[in-house]
Amino acid sequence: MTDTAPGTPSAPVSLTGNILEVEHISKRYGAVTALIDINMHLGHSEVLGLIGDNGAGKSTLLKILCGFQPPTSGRILFEGQEIQLKSVDQARALGIDAVYQDLALVNQLTVYHNMFLNRETVRWPLLNNRSMRREAKRRLDEMGLKIPSVNSQVAQLSGGQRQAVAVARSVYSNPKILLLDEPLAAMGVKEGAIILDLVRELKENANVSIIIIAHNYGQILEVCDRVNLIQGGRITLDKRSSETSAQELTDLVVAEYRKALQDRQRVDRGPA
Amino acid sequence: MSDTAERTADVAGPPPRNQGAGNEILGALRSGAAAFLRQREATVLVVVVALVIYFRVASSNFFSHANLDTLASGVAAPYIILSIGEVLLLICGEIDLSVGFTFTLAPFIMYFLTVYYGFPVILAIIAALVFGLLVGFVNAFLTVALRLPSFIATLGTSFILYGLVLTTSHAEPVTPTPSMEGIGKFFGNETASAWGWSAIIWAVVLVAIFHVVLTQTRWGLHTIAVGGNLLGAREAGISVARIKYGNFMITGLLGALVGIQVAFYDNTIDPSAGGYNYMFYAVAAAVLGGTAMLGGAGTIIGGALGAFLLSILTDGFQITGVSANPLFIIFGAAVLIAMIANVQLSRLREMGRIK
Repeated sequence: MTDTAPGTPSAPVSLTGNILEVEHISKRYGAVTALIDINMHLGHSEVLGLIGDNGAGKSTLLKILCGFQPPTSGRILFEGQEIQLKSVDQARALGIDAVYQDLALVNQLTVYHNMFLNRETVRWPLLNNRSMRREAKRRLDEMGLKIPSVNSQVAQLSGGQRQAVAVARSVYSNPKILLLDEPLAAMGVKEGAIILDLVRELKENANVSIIIIAHNYGQILEVCDRVNLIQGGRITLDKRSSETSAQELTDLVVAEYRKALQDRQRVDRGPA
Repeated sequence: MSDTAERTADVAGPPPRNQGAGNEILGALRSGAAAFLRQREATVLVVVVALVIYFRVASSNFFSHANLDTLASGVAAPYIILSIGEVLLLICGEIDLSVGFTFTLAPFIMYFLTVYYGFPVILAIIAALVFGLLVGFVNAFLTVALRLPSFIATLGTSFILYGLVLTTSHAEPVTPTPSMEGIGKFFGNETASAWGWSAIIWAVVLVAIFHVVLTQTRWGLHTIAVGGNLLGAREAGISVARIKYGNFMITGLLGALVGIQVAFYDNTIDPSAGGYNYMFYAVAAAVLGGTAMLGGAGTIIGGALGAFLLSILTDGFQITGVSANPLFIIFGAAVLIAMIANVQLSRLREMGRIK
């Protein structure tokens, strides 16, 4: 599990070719269409920001990419090969790991059991709790994340600490692609900064390609190479971070909202 | 209740002060007591100890060899073993209402196979146990694959199993054949001296094994994860279906085992044995022992203590000569009081946790 960080840390390699390509992905739940003909790509050790209002389809897309649910149509290419993601385990085996918005933590279990959930260290037939405890502590210390104790139940942690545990869990699976669904949501300023530093470090030193969903456009632009905007299940903007600004992104999202509002009012008023 | 609480305090509480060195010892005892109360099983253990003391005082027969044997092997062992399955299922968010009827049918299967089909006894017993696994599989299939709530699914299988019992046995009890006695005493035996303990030994060994399974293996951890956060467990890649199938099948297996044990213990295979009564005792035992009805938390030892508590009440009231009719009133009240103590104490635990 350790020391399998892929590739070399040299910058030029990272900019050639895409590790992930998404072609014409759609997702329908019964009558509801969540994603429409999504085309997207992610470069080697690129950090891509995925933004858009609530319900735009960001989390749906992420859950498709990590194998949690299949798309209705379209295909996914990983390192140039078409892949059919059938399960989270399979995606993980390929090196795609995700931190979900709901964090997927089990309140009743300890911090270290959560960090190793479904990847437990085992001295058959028993769990090797001592080794997991030690390793969990080491990883959290290394990341500079402060948790009262790895033995405490996750239920006892603050929102930010829970987030930190979830992020630490994914980071240490040595993924090639890391998907982060609102990793900064419950974090204080300091904790948020730790996560953003971690993202930079993963990109630069471990060659991890990252997709981040976030609502704070300022922070996104700070850490991302490129941003994609999703509106109503479609990608409506694809720009390098240097070519856009938090103001522009905010304006786009607000404009979408205003337009929807006007449309609704027009419908409400009915034909004149 | 305050009466029993005081008695417990006398036993479990601090020794008289004449030991000097006051504060430190007192502090250590207090933090020790706090650590004790933080355990889920603590409340039910306190109640069990209190009841043992009460019945010991109330009846000189309570500690007699004959009664201890009845209490342990005759009354407690079946409840304890059944509670193991229900604890596992409740933790992963399910319940099995049919386990009492798996209990009823399993010894009949053993009997029919031996008597009508000429199976060797040991094979017939194994077949009956496999039948228990099968019932568990069907319950899991209805719950996992067909998405019925387990409460309804197992209610349905309960009726089917009971109907099978009545149809095949013509609602008549049978007696295990002499050829079964040799193996039978390993499972349970009321009369023969030393073998009287075999049922409770099974129970203790099974509790030990499943305690380790729940707390020290991936299976146990994933069972807790599935009940604690179903979506999260799925997102972590845990096979939720596998966990549920497994725990339903463990419960079915244990149900069949208990049916066979009770048949040998009572030396009769009775269509009115087992049933909802045993199932509800097992579920009540699990909940008394601190298992969350909504899943995610619970312990095998807590469930076993809960089962023991119910057994002491049943046995104790009988031996102290409470007539059978009002027994259930007292029984019900005792269960409620124990449960209230449990809920309120865990509320205190939660509050202590936040600070």
